[in-house]
Amino acid sequence: MAEKMKLEIVTPYNKVLDELVDEVTATGKLGEFGVLPGHAPFLTSLNIGELYYKKDGVAVCMALNWGYFEIQEDRIIVLVETAERSDEIDLERAKAALGRAEAKLKELSPEDKNFKIYEAALERALVRMQVAGKAARK
Amino acid sequence: MASLKSIKKRIVSVKNTRQITKAMKMVSAAKLRRAQENVVAARPYAQKMGEVLQSLASNLEGDQHPLLEKRDAKKLLLIVVTSDRGLCGGFNTNLCKAGERYIKEKQAEFEQISVLTVGRKGHEFLKNRHTVYKNFPNILAKPNYQAAALLAQDVIEGYLAEEYDQVVMLFNSFRTVMSQDITFQQLLPIVPEEKATVDEAGVEYIYEPSVGDLLADILPKNIEVQIFKAMLESVAGEHGARMTAMDSASKNASEMIGKLTLQYNRARQAAITTELMEIISGAESIKG
Repeated sequence: MAEKMKLEIVTPYNKVLDELVDEVTATGKLGEFGVLPGHAPFLTSLNIGELYYKKDGVAVCMALNWGYFEIQEDRIIVLVETAERSDEIDLERAKAALGRAEAKLKELSPEDKNFKIYEAALERALVRMQVAGKAARK
Repeated sequence: MASLKSIKKRIVSVKNTRQITKAMKMVSAAKLRRAQENVVAARPYAQKMGEVLQSLASNLEGDQHPLLEKRDAKKLLLIVVTSDRGLCGGFNTNLCKAGERYIKEKQAEFEQISVLTVGRKGHEFLKNRHTVYKNFPNILAKPNYQAAALLAQDVIEGYLAEEYDQVVMLFNSFRTVMSQDITFQQLLPIVPEEKATVDEAGVEYIYEPSVGDLLADILPKNIEVQIFKAMLESVAGEHGARMTAMDSASKNASEMIGKLTLQYNRARQAAITTELMEIISGAESIKG
């Protein structure tokens, strides 16, 4: 494949990634979607979820936390609060976070202001574990 | 003339002070570097966020979102970002005074002006003069995005509940190590930036979900990013200001030590001379 896309992942703390890739798959608000070179201009918000990209046949998986995905003229900008490559994830920490969030969710009623916060924490922990699990299997 | 002993004592005490100011300068220099790196690292995110917002706004007609809507501005909220600690020259005082002036100016325009302070110093300064709406101390030691996000959510909630109609943020933005600019920035309602003159509007985006939904998500995020950026800049500015202040304090201390040493030597010389005079005159009288 000759054509490639430029993928930039940016968080408030740093620029995580700036590479030429062949293929990207991410979890949008309305579900998972894939992007190949030559895609029409596209803007969407991302859910807490996974993002894969393929570069020279090697697939890399990342855990993302809330953000935006924009593609224009084969340039992809991903704005996220956190982004971690599968091998960077601290599985122990994710598990601990999962336990904490679960315990909190049991105590709180769904109307509570904090319920959503812990729900998101739970989701984040799950995604992290998922992504980390995939790396381990390879 | 002061006694030898008392001068000696003062020299020692000034030397101790110099030691402290020197150490503080070193610490600030190290912290400044880290803070500066943070500012630089956060820049691309803020910039891209601006770009995305821009491309959304260019496809926008009218007031589609409560955060964009212009209300009859009656109540103003001023967010003042200062540092938690002192000993950084005029860093906090100048900012607080600028805030004070701003409030005086605006008093005629608004029915009610309240203040939200970030950082202990600003709170101490303003708490007796104005209604402090809320205070967020101790989040600046290690500025993180979560803290900024919480603050932003608080501000947005209050805004939507019409507790205030306009939000202005006041902070020291980092220009160089030596100088900080006092900056006023309007946070709410959001004023969309001037549309780019380069005709990018020709690009038809696919939006998923709709523009309105995306906007509802991104506008609050934008506030968070702005506050986060202001916090980082303020922290970098604080360390810069402290470094400069401590540097001049060390210099002053050195100068003072020089002066005191001169005084001490003179006093010592004078004491020796009088002693000699006494001995000589004593010897003379015996001979006589």
